[in-house]
Amino acid sequence: MPTKRHALLALVLAIPLLLTACGGKADSGFTPQAGVLQIYSAQHHNVTQAWADAFTAATGIKAQIRDGEDSSMGHMIVEEGKTSPADVFLTENSPAMTVVERAGLLAPVDPATLGQVRDGMAPSTGKWTAIAARSTVLVYNKDLIREDQLPTSMMDLAKPEWAGKWGAAPGGADFQAIVAGMLADRGETETRAWLDALSRNAKVYQNNIATMKAVNAGEVPVGIMYHYYWYRDQAGDKQGSANTALHYFGGGDPGAFVSLSAGGVLASSDLPTQAQQFLAYVTSPAGQKVLVDSGSKEYVVGKGAPSDPALPPLDSLDAPKVDPFTLNSDTVVSVMTDAGIL
Amino acid sequence: MRASSSARGVAVVAALVAAVAVLPLLVVIPSALSTGASGALDYLLRPRVGRLLTHTGMLVVVTVPAAIVLGTLAAWLVERTALPLAGLWRALLLAPLAVPAFVSAYAWVSVAPWMTGFGGAALVTTLAYYPFVFLPVAALLRALDPGDEEVARSLGLSPAAAVVRTVLPRLRPALSGGALLVTLHLLAEYGVLEMMRFQTFTTAIMQQYAVGFSDTAGSLLASVLLVLCLLALALELLARGRRRVARVGAGAQQRAVPAALGAWTVPALLFLAVLVTLSLAVPVGTVARWLARADLTGLAGQPVGGLLRVTLATLVLAVLGALAATAAALPGAWLLARHRSGMSLTLERLTYLSSALPGVVVGLALVTLAVGWARPVYQTVGLVVIAYAILFLPRAMVSLRAGLAAAPPELSEAARSLGLRGPATLVRVVLPLVAPSVLTGTVLVALAVGTELTATLLLAPTGTDTLALAFWRQAGELNYAAAAPYAAMMIVLSVPLTLLLRRQILEER
Repeated sequence: MPTKRHALLALVLAIPLLLTACGGKADSGFTPQAGVLQIYSAQHHNVTQAWADAFTAATGIKAQIRDGEDSSMGHMIVEEGKTSPADVFLTENSPAMTVVERAGLLAPVDPATLGQVRDGMAPSTGKWTAIAARSTVLVYNKDLIREDQLPTSMMDLAKPEWAGKWGAAPGGADFQAIVAGMLADRGETETRAWLDALSRNAKVYQNNIATMKAVNAGEVPVGIMYHYYWYRDQAGDKQGSANTALHYFGGGDPGAFVSLSAGGVLASSDLPTQAQQFLAYVTSPAGQKVLVDSGSKEYVVGKGAPSDPALPPLDSLDAPKVDPFTLNSDTVVSVMTDAGIL
Repeated sequence: MRASSSARGVAVVAALVAAVAVLPLLVVIPSALSTGASGALDYLLRPRVGRLLTHTGMLVVVTVPAAIVLGTLAAWLVERTALPLAGLWRALLLAPLAVPAFVSAYAWVSVAPWMTGFGGAALVTTLAYYPFVFLPVAALLRALDPGDEEVARSLGLSPAAAVVRTVLPRLRPALSGGALLVTLHLLAEYGVLEMMRFQTFTTAIMQQYAVGFSDTAGSLLASVLLVLCLLALALELLARGRRRVARVGAGAQQRAVPAALGAWTVPALLFLAVLVTLSLAVPVGTVARWLARADLTGLAGQPVGGLLRVTLATLVLAVLGALAATAAALPGAWLLARHRSGMSLTLERLTYLSSALPGVVVGLALVTLAVGWARPVYQTVGLVVIAYAILFLPRAMVSLRAGLAAAPPELSEAARSLGLRGPATLVRVVLPLVAPSVLTGTVLVALAVGTELTATLLLAPTGTDTLALAFWRQAGELNYAAAAPYAAMMIVLSVPLTLLLRRQILEER
């Protein structure tokens, strides 16, 4: 028995040595490489990867991607401060970018890049630009509710007759952007009342996809989510959305809020020219086509680049007009905390 | 016979380990206090925090006893009864350790979407964590000399009473250690609870980090978790007791005679079959179903080379993390076993604290510390390995503690009296005696590292990809077919590790 035991122990101890020995080559992926553009990305991995690959093919500039999530990555960049290895930061929703902007860590985006995106798709400060957009929608179960029974405004969901009949995912970065939009559009009193109703009346799910599936399964007749998860599922096997349809609020309603995915260049970047080039590429017609071809079903934000034909045109959505920089995250957190959601 | 000089050396190392283990608290606690007492109280004395406390408490109060009962019953059936195919059951009952808890939660949600909330959360966590009790209890039941039990029987006690009076007290360290691990995991569990839509402090902290933009609220919630952890640590100390488990005696140790199950054979088999089906067949079957869908669509877009690269990275991190955590646990565990004092106890208890915190809290704290004080280690493999050691030290500590408790100190003393010096005693006497438990601790940590998400995401060098990260990325896109190969690989890699754990039970002392 002891010899067996020793052999086993020796094996366990030898594994790391063997692995580090064979891993010598693989190890090169384990460190940021000099002269390679460092992209901190909270965007969907596939989309960022597609952009980086196309950018490298077009310019010869290599890029390395670090994946993360909106908020923790925003926090991380702020902690890293002026020594951040990041050159470019890409988010899913703009509030995380605002955190970095307020810490004074962003360089102004090239005016030419800003000129490539549609009007109103960048903050008044010019410190970052939209790279993609997603619209708030109401997903509903076609078997449980008719289209003419749907609310005309997302604010109506606060009414008693909707108690227990709607789902939302208030714990995520996506929803935070929606509340920020509501706050900017309707003010604090109305937002607080709506959030109180949410915490009393809505069924809480962990994210957009779970909300959509719950509506599809008939757990709740309607749910608040972003549009693109639905279109992706429809383009695939429809397992999560076959029984559902989308309702766009329109009319400048808070429920028609369009959230911007943001791209910015770090002021501390050691490759500022290449970083600006990357943003210019991403927002160019070619870069926006990469977004469409990736199948993400997010809206393009560049001028003259068509979104996926399955989507209703962005202009037809009649989203509320909000300067993304005024999406005040501190107030958002405090009203959500007071409503008992956080 | 006091080896005071070497004990002092070990104590210094153990103190260093404890200091590293509590590093995250140096960020969390000041951040929580930054609003001042009144701000903190305003935030904490809210109905929502009460609700989170109730939920977290409910989960611990139901899952921990359930894991103890299931784990102990299963261990007794396998090790002490004439159960048919005991060897096979032993392996199957350990196997859930090979399935990441969040994969199992994904599986349950897709098999039984209605099963959410408290019921689902308690069920999935119990099924995922009962092996933490099964493993040490089975090992102890098998190794335990049946002499006392037989004496008790010969003095007229019924078989059941003999077990309760002689075996159960001996199981206390194993049970309390297992229960402590289950509790710590429950406090920090996120993936399962989010899938099950059951809100606890940890899910609330994750939301706070996803939505909030100041760390203060997250740190306040994390501080409550720390208090809960202290409570659990104190309770475990009381539950463990101080009875001696090690045995030195003349003659060979006897193996217990298996109890005949008789008419109970069928119910016993049925019980184990249900347990294995729920904890193993459901997740593995679901992954297999995803994998079947992956064959045409998924693998085409999934270069096998990519999968291998990710697997290799996962292996390297798992082995390094496991060795680091085990090495870090050794001094504290030894000190506790041989020089039990207020100080050694404190040093051991300190190493558990950070593991009750969710990975994002520990990860961001280490980002802050590394950027501010140790910039060269930032985004290196070294830092993420330290994070693994901090997060998973308890898995190693609990195993080592049990192993050292069962190793008679007299043997070390005899070695010393025969002229061996401290280090030589360690290598020639102590390590061989505790080798099985060192191996168990290492394997348990490696399993945990292989499925860790948040700390890896925050701390690993840019470009590092692991199986867990790749799985989570694809599953988050609803792309189960593409996620399946990663889940399957995690399970495949873990199978040999659980077989090593099986050896720990079989090891004869």
